[in-house]
Amino acid sequence: MTLRNVTMSSRRACVAAAAIAVSALSITACSSTAPAQSGTTAGGTGQGASAAPATFQEQHKGGDLKLLAKSAGGTLDPKVNYTLQYWQLYQAMYDGLLAFKKVNGVDSFTVVPDLAESLPKVTNDGKTYTFVLRKGIKFSDGRELTVDDVTASFKRIFTVSSPTAGSFYNGIVGAPACLKAPATCDLSKGVVADKSAGTITINLLNPDPELSYKLAVPHGAILPANAPPKDAGNVPIPTTGPYMFASYDPNTALKMVRNPYFKEWSHDAQPQGYPDTITESFGLTVEAAVTAVENNQADWVFDPPPADRLQEIGTTYANQAHVNTLTAMWYLPMNVNLPPFNNLKARQAVNWAVDRNAVVKLYGGSNLAQPVCTFLPPDFPGHVDECQYTAGGGKTWSAPDLAKAKALVQESGTAGMAVGIVTQDDEVNKAIGEYLQSLLTELGYKATLKPISSNIQFTYIQNSNNKVQISLSQWYQDYPAASDFLNVLTSCASFTPGSDSSINISGYCDKGHDAKMGEALITARTDVEAANKQWAAVDQQTMADAVVAPLFTPKLIDFTSKRVGNYQFSKQFYMLVSQLWTK
Amino acid sequence: MVTTSVRRTRRTARAAATPQIVSYGPWRTALGQLRRNRAAMASFAIFILIVAACLLAPLYASSIAHTDPFGSNVDGTTVVDGQIVPVLTSSTTGLGLGVTPIGPTWDPAHFFLGADGQGRDVMARLLYGGRNSLLIGGSSALLCCVLAGLIGVLAGYFGGVVDGVLSRLLDVVWAFPVYLLAISLSVVLLTNGIAFGPISISAGSLWLPMLIIGIVYVPYVARPVRGQVLALKEKEFVAAAIGVGSADLRIMRRDVMPNVAPTIVVFLPLMTALAMLTESALSFLSVGVQPPQASWGTIINDGLNLLYTRPMVTIAPGIAIAVTAVVLNLFGDGIREALDPRARLRGAG
Repeated sequence: MTLRNVTMSSRRACVAAAAIAVSALSITACSSTAPAQSGTTAGGTGQGASAAPATFQEQHKGGDLKLLAKSAGGTLDPKVNYTLQYWQLYQAMYDGLLAFKKVNGVDSFTVVPDLAESLPKVTNDGKTYTFVLRKGIKFSDGRELTVDDVTASFKRIFTVSSPTAGSFYNGIVGAPACLKAPATCDLSKGVVADKSAGTITINLLNPDPELSYKLAVPHGAILPANAPPKDAGNVPIPTTGPYMFASYDPNTALKMVRNPYFKEWSHDAQPQGYPDTITESFGLTVEAAVTAVENNQADWVFDPPPADRLQEIGTTYANQAHVNTLTAMWYLPMNVNLPPFNNLKARQAVNWAVDRNAVVKLYGGSNLAQPVCTFLPPDFPGHVDECQYTAGGGKTWSAPDLAKAKALVQESGTAGMAVGIVTQDDEVNKAIGEYLQSLLTELGYKATLKPISSNIQFTYIQNSNNKVQISLSQWYQDYPAASDFLNVLTSCASFTPGSDSSINISGYCDKGHDAKMGEALITARTDVEAANKQWAAVDQQTMADAVVAPLFTPKLIDFTSKRVGNYQFSKQFYMLVSQLWTK
Repeated sequence: MVTTSVRRTRRTARAAATPQIVSYGPWRTALGQLRRNRAAMASFAIFILIVAACLLAPLYASSIAHTDPFGSNVDGTTVVDGQIVPVLTSSTTGLGLGVTPIGPTWDPAHFFLGADGQGRDVMARLLYGGRNSLLIGGSSALLCCVLAGLIGVLAGYFGGVVDGVLSRLLDVVWAFPVYLLAISLSVVLLTNGIAFGPISISAGSLWLPMLIIGIVYVPYVARPVRGQVLALKEKEFVAAAIGVGSADLRIMRRDVMPNVAPTIVVFLPLMTALAMLTESALSFLSVGVQPPQASWGTIINDGLNLLYTRPMVTIAPGIAIAVTAVVLNLFGDGIREALDPRARLRGAG
């Protein structure tokens, strides 16, 4: 399974593409093929998370937490790195003005003040945000945090060309010029510090109801003003959280130790951590890593367990397995600009034909994924149970209707056409690809499968020059907003012909559709509930146009050692590493 | 005075008393030798059985197993001990994680060797996969030997510039590790196929692995052939042919080729085994035979994620590859011994 096989390149590509979408519609987010965030649905015995202690449990403090990952996650720089692997670790290291609440479950979507004393005062019709910086917070090198660090950190987003600079932070006054000329970036009018009052004022070009989310992700972290004006690479940057990096060798391990200057200022935003040291070691195969956890030689595996170990984990080690639903989707983008999928009936035929249960089986079974037929995942803002492509009708998907699909293919006049399916070459993606090939052949197409390296597939399918007709892709939320799915993946601005950064993989561009999304974004500034209803309508229209064929919402297995306790799963940033007990 | 009839009778009597000396050509002699080599003949028989079984794959799939070895069968069912059971079973114990394909039933009509992750019959795919593996192995070996023979003879016979150019070309190919070169070529060609003038090969065609494997092994055969031609060129019969003004083409065809042919023939089964192994390796790495087509290498790849639960998906093609490679090598050794007079002398001594 590739669920956590996050590649920086793919994330960057996605964001770059979304940046275009965002700048055009003054929208917000970008996500990626990688799971930066998640959702939580704790299952039965042994699954899910334990109840979070309201206060720090001194008796569990100490010990060494041993994590394993197949490979390192790239640069340590929190402004540059865009992988779940390190975003998860950053939660206990870096802080922004705001933070997602570090708790278990749905509440983890709540944004709380972190380095700021309170939530911002919003004025000027939603275009000015004023924060008061907490006093007495120190970086791990002993330096005190000041408002200068805050202004420098926002500027650094642009000087290091952070992957989300153009999508998350392009609405700050001065940002457009910084994006064009990062070396001479001047945000003095966009991020204004008042040293005497200890305040930071962020001025926006347009109101942005999702700004608080963007300030709470690692790219919005506040770093020392003297942090290098380029990607710090393997050199750690001082932290404000309970841990700091002690050493990093991408070939062997990443070690984190306690930040001697950390004092808990908000249990919700940045709770004290339990282990004394956290070490993530690299190089073992996932099979070997799972065995190590089974033998209590390690405490957790970052990578998803191989398919042939699932049953063993689910039975013999059920008490150590934690299964959580993610706010993500696996889907089939169909190129609306190329035959046969430039024909609506052909796209609808695929939606009718795909047996989501079969695909779920190939992914690992019904307890690891949930069939879907809407764009927005279940329990996500804007999601409404509605299924336009299920046999017998109904609100949720129940079965395919192959006869109807075959009839639609015949009606479309596309039967007999050659169709190339592009998937990643790992086992799960390839298996689903083989199923699709078999299905499309049954529908009357001459289907061929093209499994290509996971490192390049995501950018390959985005580039319209590659003439990809249908592909298998994944999308994981960055933060809980419908625009993070629909606007990013289906807006005209997200489609850039001939570019590797064209995240609207289907190449779908409809001005009316864009206008409706624009309206929803404007509504969200004042009425989130009403906006979500508008997003639900957009979702249904997108499915009526059959731009993609949604397959399923995946779940995530965290497999921990026997000695680990206090497992907490944040919907936003997944397992809270620092909250694990090892004693 | 002896009459004619008496002389005739005496000649007949002498003829009967003297042992008859029969002279055979080298090929027939070698064939005789080969027939007497039990290990080689047993190997050949096993190889023929494997080939026959693979050729009968469509019959097995359609008439015995009643299965489509290339179609996804995720929701399929089968009969085991009179009970209808799903081919892929979702776990219902514990947390209910994972899906396990049916294991070997040892019933030829119902998933004899079990199913793979797509719910396809492993036995049927094994037989179909064998067709592709053997086809690619045999064709690649043949292509390799033909090209190598041609290059070796031309380089050895003409020498000079021709030898220099051809030998350097071989050096270039040889400079790359075989698998690295094969993987690189495969990755490039499998993405876009080949379109060269009127020749067009699609990305998923079996011709691609055939060509790639055939070409990367050319130096391994061409070098010894060239060396042998260089030695032959110094022999009196070749010098005589040149001396009487025979054309180069005629000398190569009539005097050189017959003498290097045994070398190439010896190489053929050995290269078939090697090419088959290479094909399996490339397919295992997803850069050989492309889905839904199968080869023994792709089936091993399919079984990689089932090693803990259904190892037969990997073991069965692994055994098939090993057995085929061993019998081809034993048969190749037999041919070498049969065609090599020195080996015969060693055997006689």
